[in-house]
Amino acid sequence: MTGATLPHDTAPRLRTLGQDLLGLALIALAGLAGYALFPDNLAFLTRVVSVALLVLSLDLIVGYCGIASLGQGALYGTGAYAAGIACLHGVTEPFLLILIGAAAGAVMGLLMGAVMLRAHGLPQLVLSIAIVQLLHEAANKASSITGGSDGLSGMVPAPLFGVFEFDLWGRSAYFFGLALLILVFAALRFIVRSPFGMVCRGLKEDPLRISALGIRAFPVLLKMFAISGAVAGMGGALAAIATQVVGLDSVSFEISANALVMLVLGGIGHLYGALIGTVIFMALEHVVAAINPFHWMTLVGAVLIAIVLFAPRGLSGTLDEAARLLTRSRWRAGR
Amino acid sequence: MQTALSIAMDALAYGMALFIICIGLSLTMGLMRVVNLAHGAFAMIGGYIASWAARDLGLGYGFAILLAMLGTVLIAIPLERLLYRRIYDRSELSQVLMTIGITFCVIGITNYFFGPTLKTIPLPAELARSVDLGFRGIAGHRLFVIASGLVVAGGLWFLIERTGFGIHLRAAVENAPMARALGVRTEIIYAASFALAIGLAAFGGVVGAEFLPIEPYYALRYMVTFLVVVSVGGAGSIPGALAACLLLGAIDVTGRYLVPDFGNFFFYLAVILVVCIFPRGLMGRAQ
Repeated sequence: MTGATLPHDTAPRLRTLGQDLLGLALIALAGLAGYALFPDNLAFLTRVVSVALLVLSLDLIVGYCGIASLGQGALYGTGAYAAGIACLHGVTEPFLLILIGAAAGAVMGLLMGAVMLRAHGLPQLVLSIAIVQLLHEAANKASSITGGSDGLSGMVPAPLFGVFEFDLWGRSAYFFGLALLILVFAALRFIVRSPFGMVCRGLKEDPLRISALGIRAFPVLLKMFAISGAVAGMGGALAAIATQVVGLDSVSFEISANALVMLVLGGIGHLYGALIGTVIFMALEHVVAAINPFHWMTLVGAVLIAIVLFAPRGLSGTLDEAARLLTRSRWRAGR
Repeated sequence: MQTALSIAMDALAYGMALFIICIGLSLTMGLMRVVNLAHGAFAMIGGYIASWAARDLGLGYGFAILLAMLGTVLIAIPLERLLYRRIYDRSELSQVLMTIGITFCVIGITNYFFGPTLKTIPLPAELARSVDLGFRGIAGHRLFVIASGLVVAGGLWFLIERTGFGIHLRAAVENAPMARALGVRTEIIYAASFALAIGLAAFGGVVGAEFLPIEPYYALRYMVTFLVVVSVGGAGSIPGALAACLLLGAIDVTGRYLVPDFGNFFFYLAVILVVCIFPRGLMGRAQ
């Protein structure tokens, strides 16, 4: 919150705009590189994109509002189930399905925020866990709507633009997901730099000062929960469209905890970390868990301990710091 | 009536088993301000050691429990010195992440050594048979768990409220710098209460194995349950933890008996309601 955000100070704004365009270009490039390098693993890559949306949404809450949550899967799963159920009931247009997922996620985000914001600290964390577990049990119980433990299957989304089918190769699903990710990322960069995003960060840094400025925390944070829910819901809807299956695991404690691990691995509070953490975590999981799932758990555990002890700002934060030490430039300080 | 009684006895025994495990976590969280999600991992280590001692070494149940508690504390002490000590004043997020990391490592390593099978701890004949209470019989093991829970609750209350150690502990929690200035060795107090908490976790893991079976993902599966119970009770409060364990144990057991296909639904519904009404837990103190 320095001069970089004042409206008259245009040069830094242009610079951040340039940075964002560069970042978006890099994401697109990485996505295309993934396509070129692993054309046979597009289903996995699409899953990475979908989880990246989940982790981005978690960053909005953890990184920008300072609220620890182990229940983000509630929002992701709500989006996935909403899109899946809508698809089974004849709404097959993919763009519409994504919107339905986003709307359902946003509504669930509002509910979740309204409950979670009643508490602070540890009880808040416990509430987030309880909410995701409650939804998990509810989805399991309501098997006539959700398919219960068998999952929801058999949805057939209509071809993209009426031309590109969501087939076994997953090419259209991947590019659809990648485009969605880039759009969402651009929108989120805009949101977190807006005055609203700044207030959220202020609430994280110094809630007392923000309230002294006459701003009530609850509506601001609730709005961020709704945005986060919409993003997570889009991720869930994308997974539903791409895999054409929605399972109970999409609304589980495990996926919520993994999302938090990915976010912390990448670094919280600047969106890029969410993407980096997701890609590294899921790639490692893909390789190591296939060899031995227990080795994978030991590895994740060791990495978590190492991050807390040696790199509390995550990989991107540590890289950032190293780069700053190397170049001695100060222009990033205002970000 | 018979059903109601047997549900009540099961609920009481289950709640007491939860209490023995969770009271240690409540102490670390309330008194030392560490969110130790790896608490269940220590209960799991205790269970594995007891199972190994009872089945492979042929030791009696009592010796198996003792060995489990000692072994778990021995494993925990280096962890406290190397890892926990560094996160005492860090944010909750750091503590959660580090202890989840420890949990994952414990699960991975345990399974590397013991294999991914369910471990049983054979009960001695005295505990396995049914005890006649006059109006109905009850499994001896249930009675043993209930009695252990009461002894643990009473013993801890006495230790914290009535002994010199308890006074030092409360002083260190209330105001650590002042306690240090008055000559209280706070590191030793912290280490001792950490060891006590871990020992209780191991004890609870062994005696509660009939309710919460010792298996590879034990630490992860019940991590949430333990955390939730402590936070509902209010961290650091013995009566609060007892009330939360009995309440949530009763809801869980009754729900499983009467509406089994709802699983944990009512458990978590109750958690949300309690935390919304009492944001600091049933008997939590203002911070």
